[in-house]
Amino acid sequence: MVELTTLTLTQLRDGFRAGDFSAREIADSFNAAVAAAKALNAYTVETPEDALACAETADAARQSGDLKPLSGIPLGIKDLFATVGVDTTSGSRILTGFKPPYESTVTARLRAAGAGMLGKLNMDEFAMGSSNETSAYGPVISPWKRNDGGNAALTPGGSSGGSAAAVAAGLAPGVTGTDTGGSIRQPAAFTGITGIKPTYGRCSRWGIVSFASSLDQAGPMSRTVRDCAILLEAMSGFDSKDATSIDAPVPAWEQGLSSDLRGKRVGIPREYRIDGVPGEINALWDQGIAWLKDAGAEIVEISLPHTKYALPTYYIIAPAEASSNLARYDGVRYGLREAPGGGNLDAMYAATRAAGFGAEVKRRIMIGTYVLSAGFYDAYFTKAQRVRALIKQDFRAAFERCDLILTPTAPSAAFGIGEKMSDPLAMYLNDVFAVPASLAGLPAMSVPGGLDGQGLPLGLHLIGREMDEQGVLNAGLAIEERAGFSARPEKWW
Amino acid sequence: MSVDTATVRHIAKLARLQMSDAEVEALVPELNNILGWVEQLGEVDTSGVEPLATVIDQKLRLRDDVIDADPLTGGNVRDKVLLNAPDAQHGFFAVPKVIE
Repeated sequence: MVELTTLTLTQLRDGFRAGDFSAREIADSFNAAVAAAKALNAYTVETPEDALACAETADAARQSGDLKPLSGIPLGIKDLFATVGVDTTSGSRILTGFKPPYESTVTARLRAAGAGMLGKLNMDEFAMGSSNETSAYGPVISPWKRNDGGNAALTPGGSSGGSAAAVAAGLAPGVTGTDTGGSIRQPAAFTGITGIKPTYGRCSRWGIVSFASSLDQAGPMSRTVRDCAILLEAMSGFDSKDATSIDAPVPAWEQGLSSDLRGKRVGIPREYRIDGVPGEINALWDQGIAWLKDAGAEIVEISLPHTKYALPTYYIIAPAEASSNLARYDGVRYGLREAPGGGNLDAMYAATRAAGFGAEVKRRIMIGTYVLSAGFYDAYFTKAQRVRALIKQDFRAAFERCDLILTPTAPSAAFGIGEKMSDPLAMYLNDVFAVPASLAGLPAMSVPGGLDGQGLPLGLHLIGREMDEQGVLNAGLAIEERAGFSARPEKWW
Repeated sequence: MSVDTATVRHIAKLARLQMSDAEVEALVPELNNILGWVEQLGEVDTSGVEPLATVIDQKLRLRDDVIDADPLTGGNVRDKVLLNAPDAQHGFFAVPKVIE
């Protein structure tokens, strides 16, 4: 029989429905793969019994003809999503042992669609990082290796690094991720998989541990564009419990997939040609342009004049919102408590937070507290909100000339563990292409385009109009069909 | 604008983060580096630009002000609320003594 962990989510769904294999066989295969991949450190908690129970339900449902969209499909869940009775730590020591008595809306929807859970996926602490090195549970190691024989451990990207590594290594056919400034798209690019961040508000944020609330958005990561369409459909939809949830019907994205781009105009932003980006990245971008032309699209040059200000804007707004959101971790209601003998309440707060948060989280809380503090609020925070408005306007103007935008996903291929840890700014620059779409709340996805000279995956990045996930998925499909990306990491773990 | 050790200590106090002298010393250049970088926003002319408040235009929705509007987010789940507390006593969150 075919090795089930090598199949796409679509192939698993269709094969299960056709009776080629049972849901139980799918769950067994992935549970075994997860158990055998400890070296990657992708999962922080394994829930094989959950995957098996859902498989039994799915197998019974196939007998009775009562199938749901994701019946038979086990998923990995980023540890930022609250899951009833299962540890939800957000990659932080401060939430060690936290077992939510409630379920996030997104995971509840996936469950209602029939999916099982393989476990919780490792991530940067509170989703703050681009390499998974800030996790309290240790870094995730990418299944990929450079072909230089050096055997260096590489990062799968972040913050959804466990999610990306799990899909790339065949430890889940699909996973949830979250994206605040590129945390779905950059790891997808680093690991040769596909990931989409929908329009802000498409997926409910209820029950997702908050980082920067005006930016956070959940999305799926999987092997193919079709897989992502299937998962996104199940995850999306209005939720009265999230005041920023969009009250609009969820389109049938899978059914609407078409790689025929005739009549579509694709914009190439001239400001995204950045000095110092490796030639291979720009060459892949040019190849992407050729593929979209081949699919029938017309290419137009566009301008997004405030592009260079997107990252500094992000690094004011995101830490500001984070410093406010993370004020809830105080040792009173959940998580860690450090109470120095005889100390008062303030001493308990300060000691708990000092012991519970890692260095990057502290750094961002400090920046956020500073830019929100008296005397600096207008100079930093209000200023950043004004520049954010200009960035949003840039996109609005660009979308009068085009329907979609194509850029590279990240300015490099995956780097080595430890290579950038000492320089926060160099790390932040990783999201230079991803952040502008986040600030504007637009749907955006990464699809694998090819390999660099060291045999590592590179991604292409598509940005669409507000609510136009279909356009993004369709252009992604056009690239996917033409790139024919089939490279897989060689198993060493 | 740049920060010194006194400012970092003040911010740490506002953020309720206990910090050693060594941590404060290390953060001074790091924060200055990041703040120096974000100050390039000063180049952007934002006169007449309204600060962006909501990224997707929509009206603020308010939920009906009723208990138990939803079995998950409504009331009467005291024990669940206290379930993860490091210290809960008599149906309350317990904290170190506040008033001497």
